[in-house]
Amino acid sequence: MRIGDFRQSYEHDEAIWQTPTSRAWLAVFFVFLSVFPFAANAYIVGLACVLGIHVISSAGLNIMTGYTGLISLGHAAFMGVGCYTAAFLAQRGVPFFLTIPLAGLMAALLGLVVGIPSLRIKGLYLAVATLAMQFILVFIFREWEPVTGGVRGVNVPAASLFGLDLNNDTRMYYLVAFCATVLLVAARNLFRTRIGRAFIAIRDKDISAEVLGIDLFRYKLLAFAIGSFYAGVAGALLGYFYRAMTPEYFTLALSIFYLAAIIIGGLGTMLGTVLGAVFMTLVPELLRSTVSLIAQWAPRATEILSPMQEVVFGLLIIGFLVFEPHGLVEIWRRVRRTFHLWPFRA
Amino acid sequence: MHEILSVEHLALNFGGIRALNDVSFAAGEGEITAIIGPNGAGKTSLFNSISGFYKPSAGRVVFEGEDISRAPVHRRAGLGLARTFQNVALFRGMTVLDNIKLGGHGRLNSNALSAMWYLGPARTEEMKLRREIERDVIDFLEIDHIRNLPIAGLPYGLQKRVELARALAMRPRILMLDEPVAGMNREETEDMARFILDIQEERGITVLLIEHAMGMVMDISSKVVVLNFGEVIGTGTPHEVRANPEVIRAYLGGPHEQAAA
Amino acid sequence: MNFDWIALAEFSLIGLLSGGLLALIALGFVLIYKGTGVINFAMGEFMMLGAYFFYTANVMWQLPTVLALGLTLAAVAMAAALIERAILRPLSGQPVIAILMATIGLASALHGAVDAVWGGNNYEMPQLLPRKPFTLGEILIPGQVVWSFALAAVIITAFTLYFRYSSTGIAMRAAANDPVTAYVLGIDVRRTQRLTWMFAGIVGAVAGIVVASITSLSPALGGAALGVLAVIILGGLDSIAGAIVAGLIVGLIESLTAGYLSGKVRDIVPYVTVLLILMIRPYGLFGTRQIERL
Repeated sequence: MRIGDFRQSYEHDEAIWQTPTSRAWLAVFFVFLSVFPFAANAYIVGLACVLGIHVISSAGLNIMTGYTGLISLGHAAFMGVGCYTAAFLAQRGVPFFLTIPLAGLMAALLGLVVGIPSLRIKGLYLAVATLAMQFILVFIFREWEPVTGGVRGVNVPAASLFGLDLNNDTRMYYLVAFCATVLLVAARNLFRTRIGRAFIAIRDKDISAEVLGIDLFRYKLLAFAIGSFYAGVAGALLGYFYRAMTPEYFTLALSIFYLAAIIIGGLGTMLGTVLGAVFMTLVPELLRSTVSLIAQWAPRATEILSPMQEVVFGLLIIGFLVFEPHGLVEIWRRVRRTFHLWPFRA
Repeated sequence: MHEILSVEHLALNFGGIRALNDVSFAAGEGEITAIIGPNGAGKTSLFNSISGFYKPSAGRVVFEGEDISRAPVHRRAGLGLARTFQNVALFRGMTVLDNIKLGGHGRLNSNALSAMWYLGPARTEEMKLRREIERDVIDFLEIDHIRNLPIAGLPYGLQKRVELARALAMRPRILMLDEPVAGMNREETEDMARFILDIQEERGITVLLIEHAMGMVMDISSKVVVLNFGEVIGTGTPHEVRANPEVIRAYLGGPHEQAAA
Repeated sequence: MNFDWIALAEFSLIGLLSGGLLALIALGFVLIYKGTGVINFAMGEFMMLGAYFFYTANVMWQLPTVLALGLTLAAVAMAAALIERAILRPLSGQPVIAILMATIGLASALHGAVDAVWGGNNYEMPQLLPRKPFTLGEILIPGQVVWSFALAAVIITAFTLYFRYSSTGIAMRAAANDPVTAYVLGIDVRRTQRLTWMFAGIVGAVAGIVVASITSLSPALGGAALGVLAVIILGGLDSIAGAIVAGLIVGLIESLTAGYLSGKVRDIVPYVTVLLILMIRPYGLFGTRQIERL
């Protein structure tokens, strides 16, 4: 049991990690993150890379949808924009520490093009405009062969740092972990300042946000651009990780995957983003192993793996919305509260 | 007397309905001006026209000599127009403190990049805002005990006070209060009346007040504007308005009802 | 240069006529939006359900067409009622965004379920509508297109009349307009909302069966619905007239692009149209700025 938590300055009160206990856990977590690849097998390290990319992309979607209340149905397509931008630049010898931010900027720029007309009115128009963008972008990925390689896809040269090629999963892992950490901290910081507060204000009650001097249009656009930037960065990392991408990866199903991740994790919380991304990365793995188990008796089982994923994602979205709309993060909080009071209250 | 805000021949139509018709009045700087009238008289529509949610079909809103009738809502806030809403309009997903900090939005200037980096200018100005709010708003309105609580669980009276706090954090020139004591008990009403008077006397903020609690209106305002069916039917000191026969007929009813108020 | 006016007329006419079915899909969106305030992203999946149920009953079980049709519509209506009860009712009163996402989840789940049960293959549906082409001077129009248009017109007219004159229809409109007042006046709002979903399910199923019988049956069937949704948003989700116009517009543009550009482009045409219109007229085609009550 933990008693008392006294803060003696406003700086202390505004800190993210307030108690020595939480800071200690944070340190342990970072040590774990850095030694992890040496303790795990190659498959797990690869999975961790994918997880890191999912975390970044979900964080972007959560900034727009969870914190600001703007639904995007085209998040996957914006990742695609990032991926193809990075591929295009990398093939021309631009180093990865430039291609990755540029990929983010490109996605953000495209986000502005869609956002400017559709954000002027109700949020619904944005949902439809992003849906439209999803289909149009995938169409462009398929057809614009000189740049995207068409349906056969595009190859991405390995990222390289001081002559060291990041051509295996362990090396990629550190790049992804670094980007994910930086972007998560940035997002968390954002919501300690006026900008993050303005986003939440717009979501909760747009009329009083306006009365407080918040330019709704500008801030919605900003949220949308930041979210698309995260998607673009995630897409670029995805390209460097798989080294080859096809348009089929960035479909509506992936956009729905990220919506599911933030709903399941918890809309409007960064911890929820991480929990949701972890959950959604593990679900397909779990499904795959279940199916391969069943396939020993029923060989047809492997055929229905991908439709079963759609079913499970859909049911998870509905289930969490109906039964636990605050997501995994709320369950986590309940568990923590119980432990703080233990053994005096069960 | 310096007139900080004046409304000139304002008219507002919804479809075929005339919500406001040729409404004119002026608010003196540093004074409390009350707007009263029966339900549906157009008081809140008048507030919404002043803060910019409704675009009047005729007439002007003039603030410090500048015509702001066409200015968007958020720009009027930047000029120093703050308000509260009849049905509390707080951000339910945030704590009391974050709600109040939003009032300081216009005075801060960190951009997305500095905000994401946080250390440095963003942090400095956030901490400065925090200190100002603690000193000028939270202490003043006696809400230090609830600053870290979420809005959702607060009792109604406290929510109204938090909304006032948020408006004060804007350091407004004009504070528009839409029924600040509606639904409050006697003690809470007296507290609120005291806060409003302090705001006006100590900080020199001009107050526009919509209120049905006649006792409070007559006690604290220096000027009363009476609306009925979207038109001004009387303007003057509380004393003059009380004696105005048209006001008595339209609003206060018979003489003995007036005595009860 | 010699422009082929006949071809243009033919493409346009075929486009407008095939827009009838799209208008029927649009009607499904409008019904649910007007009746319950929900945008149902799973409309295309209702189409799929209808078509696959019908295929199963009519082709796999060899039931007579009329019986198979009756069973299919009943089954889809029941599924819709179940969905309303299990998902939408618990979420009523939640923010719009939550409900919207729930229907997205529903679409994903139904799509996956159909794919898992029937597989990703193309099935040949029985021909329900006469194929004999109609001729209008030199213009030749496939029979199914004309008949599907007639069918859609009949159904849409029937619904319009039903809402205008029948007592249940009036109750549904009242409940849609102001659920609380309707409830106080003794209208069973839950029943009207359930009915709304059932009607929308039936409309979707009919559209799905007809579309599948003209083209073929595959999990891609429901895709057209999203395009219709995109366009209907521009006309306003709350008017049947808007739904008809949206359907015809999509049909016309799709037919023209398929005729002059390529079939590949056709699928994204509704989306391009929507983005372009949003750029030029951000308030939609007929939309006006709404006065919000604060």
